[in-house]
Amino acid sequence: MKIGYYPGCSLESTAREYDLSFRAVASKVGVELIEIPDWNCCGASSAHAVDPLLAVALPARNLMIAEAMELDVTAPCAACFLRLMEAKKRMAEDVSLRKEIEEILGRQYRGTVKVYHPLTIFSQATIKKKVRGAVVNKLKGLKIVCYYGCYLVRPPEITHFDDPENPMIMDKLIGLTGAQVLDWSWKVDCCGGGHALLRPELVEPLVNEIMDGAHKAGAYGIVTACPLCQSNLETRQKEPKAVPIFYFTELLGLAMGLDKEAKGWWKRHLITPKVVKTALG
Amino acid sequence: MKRDLAFIRKVTDEVPEIYRCYQCLTCTLGCPLTFAMDLHPHEILKYVQLGAREKVLKASTLWVCASCEACATRCPHEIEIVTLMDLLRRMAKEEGTVTEQGPVLNRVFLEAIRKRGRVHELSLVLDLKRKTGGLFRFDKDEMRFGLAMFRRGKLKLLPRSIKGTDVMKRLFSRLEKER
Repeated sequence: MKIGYYPGCSLESTAREYDLSFRAVASKVGVELIEIPDWNCCGASSAHAVDPLLAVALPARNLMIAEAMELDVTAPCAACFLRLMEAKKRMAEDVSLRKEIEEILGRQYRGTVKVYHPLTIFSQATIKKKVRGAVVNKLKGLKIVCYYGCYLVRPPEITHFDDPENPMIMDKLIGLTGAQVLDWSWKVDCCGGGHALLRPELVEPLVNEIMDGAHKAGAYGIVTACPLCQSNLETRQKEPKAVPIFYFTELLGLAMGLDKEAKGWWKRHLITPKVVKTALG
Repeated sequence: MKRDLAFIRKVTDEVPEIYRCYQCLTCTLGCPLTFAMDLHPHEILKYVQLGAREKVLKASTLWVCASCEACATRCPHEIEIVTLMDLLRRMAKEEGTVTEQGPVLNRVFLEAIRKRGRVHELSLVLDLKRKTGGLFRFDKDEMRFGLAMFRRGKLKLLPRSIKGTDVMKRLFSRLEKER
């Protein structure tokens, strides 16, 4: 399977380990990622808050490039994923908006590109089978909770992702590694990531509540699928009870025995997962 | 309190369903940030229905809301509360009633896209600090995170521009003209 890859700005920097682990795991199960040439920022919530046309035009340019290459698109960042999905919907519904954007950007848009989050790709039956087959190192005994945050599941009429109140797609995928995925009630609560840069006083109570939930469930760590959730939970949680915050691709890679590659992921964590040693030893 | 009909009309043009709200409080009960809001989401809805322009546009709520979409997802009347918040934020900005720093992030963020087509995280943080008057006033936590991230190779040091920056300039100048 071949798919267009839209990394987004965070995966070039603070979430480099998400990019590296996604590429490694995808290649292991035969998913060929083709980075969309000259992709631009999706505009995130800033474009959305400032101008409705900009909020569609920025992600639309990336869809147009992928479309010209006849590729579907995958976006690992939840915010990028939502913006691409929303642009797709708005361009399909509003012909005059589409024409205006086509004119400004100087490109055609037919609307043939499908957008997937990597969780959905790895959960497709044929790929999931390959994931199961690639597991060589069962993460038995690892107790973990899966955290989805906001933009994978909301708004559901745009993301069409999973049950917006109790998504299970990541739980099931991580279950394949042999880890014990625990039930908890904070899967889709907001971590306040959008306020992380300017309003830490707003973020702290939100992160504390999510971390309390994870501790109560008895989790050794939290698995995420979004660079903003991951860095926010990792940096804002309180010592001494701090636990590692993983990207789901890292745990898949660990279970697939990608030890050499994995060294480059773990060294980028602020809270180094001890589980890595335990699981490998 | 004066009922501002022009304000109501402007809001209902974009979010016509606001009159469906019957104060069930589902939005407020699920909102993670009510602790920092002067008006809770259901109160914003009520005051918008009443045309209390000034009260609404001066509310801290607009800049505390994280657009997490929990309210809009759960609203039994499918009111697009986040679309409403975005609209109110734009109106507050136009009228100059903003007292908080929320819009600074948006401005700096979009300026980065206009210039380079992508957001370079390190530059974003530095630009934000400069705009909020505290380039040399990083607090203890921020210094700690910054250094830890640097040591672990999480900070890409230099920004890179996309090739299509001319398209970005065209797009942004078009928007400025329309405004």
